[in-house]
Amino acid sequence: MSRIKFSRKWLALPYGIFMILFVIIPLLLILAYAFTDVDGHFTLENLTGFFGSASNINTILVSFIIGALNTVICLLLGYPVAYFLAHRDMKMPTAIVLLFIMPMWINFVLRTAATRDLLYWMGLNGGAHPYLCTMIGMVYNYLPFVILPLYTTMTKLDYSQIEASSDLGARPWQTFVKIVLPMSAPGIVSAATMVFMPTMSSYVISDVMGERKLSLIGNSIQLYFDQGLWHMGSIVAVIMLLLIAFGMVATKNVQKEENVRGNMW
Amino acid sequence: MVKQTTRILARVFVGIMLLIMYAPILLLMVFSFTEAKVIGSWTGFSLDLYPDLFRNTEIVTAVVNTVVVALSSAAVSTVLGTVGAIGIHYSGRRMKTALEGVSQIPIMNAEIVTALSLTILFVYFGVRFNFLTLLIGHVVLTLPFVVLSINPKLQQMDPNIYEAALDLGARPAHALRRIILPEIMPGIFSGFLLSVTLSLDDYIITAFTRDTSFATLSTYVYGVTSKKGTLPPTLRALTTLIFLVALLLLILMNLRGKKREEGTR
Repeated sequence: MSRIKFSRKWLALPYGIFMILFVIIPLLLILAYAFTDVDGHFTLENLTGFFGSASNINTILVSFIIGALNTVICLLLGYPVAYFLAHRDMKMPTAIVLLFIMPMWINFVLRTAATRDLLYWMGLNGGAHPYLCTMIGMVYNYLPFVILPLYTTMTKLDYSQIEASSDLGARPWQTFVKIVLPMSAPGIVSAATMVFMPTMSSYVISDVMGERKLSLIGNSIQLYFDQGLWHMGSIVAVIMLLLIAFGMVATKNVQKEENVRGNMW
Repeated sequence: MVKQTTRILARVFVGIMLLIMYAPILLLMVFSFTEAKVIGSWTGFSLDLYPDLFRNTEIVTAVVNTVVVALSSAAVSTVLGTVGAIGIHYSGRRMKTALEGVSQIPIMNAEIVTALSLTILFVYFGVRFNFLTLLIGHVVLTLPFVVLSINPKLQQMDPNIYEAALDLGARPAHALRRIILPEIMPGIFSGFLLSVTLSLDDYIITAFTRDTSFATLSTYVYGVTSKKGTLPPTLRALTTLIFLVALLLLILMNLRGKKREEGTR
């Protein structure tokens, strides 16, 4: 009985090794880099240096505001679209949802540059209006990510409850606020998580649309990368990681729509 | 009567949203049929941008590189992810939780943090940036999504069939290939497609992990937009072609979906 019995769990081994090598160790390295100097000695100077600069504080504030604004605008625009597609007997609703997602199949940078060209053509210049143009670019990019989870939740809503509510004399807006909105909360939460953090950490859209006139957290990481300042880049990355972890803990107990990106196919 | 009006209003709203979403792409498509240097000044109908596009070796190389990276990283991710997903499914509870948790990291993490962490890993170990580092970057990006696509199929599977095959004398490798693989094939397929789309669309990880002489479509477009402002005319033709391919895929998928629906009836 010396033969090792084949067990299917060993198949996870190559996957586990890959994830340790290229996900866990790199993250540990970022942590180590964030709190060491070029000579490898422990230091808090990266941290104090980052928060000591007013422009970095500004970057974090701007990222928060743009991230929050983008989330709200995308939800305000995407929610009715998803609701109408799910509940106003449209023809071929899934095909229309796919149409909303299809721009994502055009290369991201090309798509963003096309949006900038459209704004140029309409007389809106990113150099003169960096914040407005960046916001428009963000909404263009993240709207499909909102419509998809919202639509999935809406199609699962228990329609009899909505009918019961109006049969019992609730006005349409009461039905909406008391029944539809709470029932679609999982979709709203996953849509918001799909938009808020990625907006804060993106740098391509703000670069292309805002013509490098404004800086988000993503831009400052990219800038340190360009200059080869790994230790400073790492401290910003750690701050970003903390924000993401905070967001995950905050929404931990809320039911979410699973695997929103994977639903594309 | 009221219902009729809200239905029309709902359709108009969805229609307008679609029009706004597609405005940048439609504008580029219209102006791909004129040689005008800038969008807005129509200089007569011409198809010359299309042969120009194929004569531009820089763009053609970038497109070919993009496809090569997407297909090879998706292939690696699909193999590693399929084997990994089977392994995770049959792991003990603790190992399963750990591996599933690790899989969530690249999904939840900001892409720029993943990109920076990989860069630091390669810099720390003195690895020169080349095709392999880029490939690893894209595998990290796509691998968790493959596992996520396959996981539900494994859970739906009847666990007794595999045992039955072993009882009937099949060796484990044989049973895996003939019993489990066919059962989870749809998940493998959608995981592969999702990997390809994620990789085709990627800019950030590509920019951080590539050898700077290796251009993909994303890095090429980013390079020219940051230099010149509006997109060069040939890229209008390229956008049109990419859009048409995406539209064709969408129609094919829709037809396939319809056929499958009819088949189950």
